Amino acid sequence: MLKPGARFKSAVCETQVMVVKSPPGEHDLRCGGVPMIGANDPAPANVQADAAFAGGSLIGKRYVNADESLELLCTRGGAGTLSLGATPLKVKQAKQLPSSD
Amino acid sequence: MNIATILDMAAEAYGPRTALACGGERLSYDELRRRAQAAAAAVRASGAASLALLDVNGPAAAVAVFAAAYAGVPYVPLNYRLTKDELGELLTRVTPAYVVYGPEYRGVLEACAGGAAVGGEAFLRLPAPSAPPEPAEDPQAVAVLLFTSGTTGKPKAAILRHENLMSYIVGTVEFAAAAEDEAILVAVPPYHIAGISAVLSSTYAGRRMVQLPRFEPALWLEAARCERATHAFLVPTMLARIVEHLETSGRAAPETLRAIAYGGGKMPLPVVEKAMRLFAGVDFTNAYGLTETSSTIAVLGPEDHRAAAASDDPKIRRRLGSVGRATGAVEIAVRDEAGRVLGPEQSGLVYVRGAQVSGEYRALGAQRDADGWFCTRDRGFLDAEGYLFLEGRADDVIVRGGENISPGEIEEVLLAHPAIADAAVVAMPDEQWGEAVAAAVVLKPQAQVCAAELQAWVKTRLRSSRVPQEIVFKDALPYNETGKLLRRLIREEFAAAERHAA
Repeated sequence: MLKPGARFKSAVCETQVMVVKSPPGEHDLRCGGVPMIGANDPAPANVQADAAFAGGSLIGKRYVNADESLELLCTRGGAGTLSLGATPLKVKQAKQLPSSD
Repeated sequence: MNIATILDMAAEAYGPRTALACGGERLSYDELRRRAQAAAAAVRASGAASLALLDVNGPAAAVAVFAAAYAGVPYVPLNYRLTKDELGELLTRVTPAYVVYGPEYRGVLEACAGGAAVGGEAFLRLPAPSAPPEPAEDPQAVAVLLFTSGTTGKPKAAILRHENLMSYIVGTVEFAAAAEDEAILVAVPPYHIAGISAVLSSTYAGRRMVQLPRFEPALWLEAARCERATHAFLVPTMLARIVEHLETSGRAAPETLRAIAYGGGKMPLPVVEKAMRLFAGVDFTNAYGLTETSSTIAVLGPEDHRAAAASDDPKIRRRLGSVGRATGAVEIAVRDEAGRVLGPEQSGLVYVRGAQVSGEYRALGAQRDADGWFCTRDRGFLDAEGYLFLEGRADDVIVRGGENISPGEIEEVLLAHPAIADAAVVAMPDEQWGEAVAAAVVLKPQAQVCAAELQAWVKTRLRSSRVPQEIVFKDALPYNETGKLLRRLIREEFAAAERHAA
């Protein structure tokens, strides 16, 4: 279960994310092809990024799954690709609202 | 989840960029974060349960928003125009508070016991802590406590949680979207919700904030020119005064301005029409929101403004007076008194739902229904395309012999009279009808008109039940400092006059 507001970091790069929304159930959240860990957990030793998941993540972008039921905010960018299992997450389209305050 | 993340991200992505400018002072996002973290350490060390601000708009206000977040205590900006006794009462409700004050409010604070107090200058120069504070991540923690203006009785403390404000920012602002030359002129006081959302939105967008401690049209124009402001947020009375100043002085609008957003009260049509002419080419955005909704919930954007102003179709033309459509982050519905959802053009109570909506007060708890809908207490209707038109506060409705009358429609008709500069319509006690319609009007300079002529003017344009039974002529109507009409004062005057007559 990914709670809104929960924060995770990559085990293999600088990437950090915050959960904006998530459907119930277990989710295999990965970065660089390796399961992500809690924001305050120590990085595991002897794990290596999967070269097939090296597309990178960008700070400030929102990443979603196909039906956009899962949404993450990237709070720090890194070298790994964010994915749910082996399926890469997509960048959600930018908001088109005019500045209102 | 913590709004401190907004500043962490900004410092990470564009730390050396200028975050804010005020007078001669400038802070980068890196400096803003360093100062907020230093202040947070001091707040924690003091053991305070809240961080209160008693100061005009300036760097200390921006630092305080984030310092409270890093420290994990609510930020409580106070209205510096309140009396000593009023401020003392509010401070006892957030005690022990760490109070940051501007030099002119020192005297006021001496009367208030408890907590620590520090001057705004010293607050900006606190020593860096040995380790930056680790902000708490509880999404439900209270980020901001804002006291409502308390027009009826004791001010209520509206609660905004980290999850409300973060949802608002992530749902409506694109990170790092501002170009490096963009700067927004912020003239609303720190204790207004728009003053808080301006800090969060600007930081998240990477748009330099130009803070104006006090609003005067000439100072605003001066700051816009000096700082090459590209954006501005104004409450309607401020825009009205700028328009008036430009007209009388013959000065030109600042050429760097590209966008003006306005909100926080009803915008008179003639003002926005004039503003669109004087600021030709500038994008106008009407933002509708409440304290209890973490700021903006509906937006009438630049294209809407242009399409409405250029249209001959009355249904499109009237949208200039609408507050626009729901942002993607919330849903808006209009319901009747029994809670049934109404269709287009049917007027009722405006409800809103979404993660940014707190609808919550200390002591009173959450005012949302089981499905998460919050009643704004604003009356209005939606058109077929979802544009929201507001008709005034539900509490201002006049109930005349069982008939509900919105003051707004009568005020609009009175304002359309060539001799009228300002008008307010309120309920007055009436033996026959329970309540009757009363109006207070302000004449334009040198203009003359009698009550009977105004009554006839309303009668020919609206139903006879809308005709003000009593009309008084005033030099000015009472407004608070952010331009909210104080109807309560006008109502009290009519009630007192009625008692006197009886």
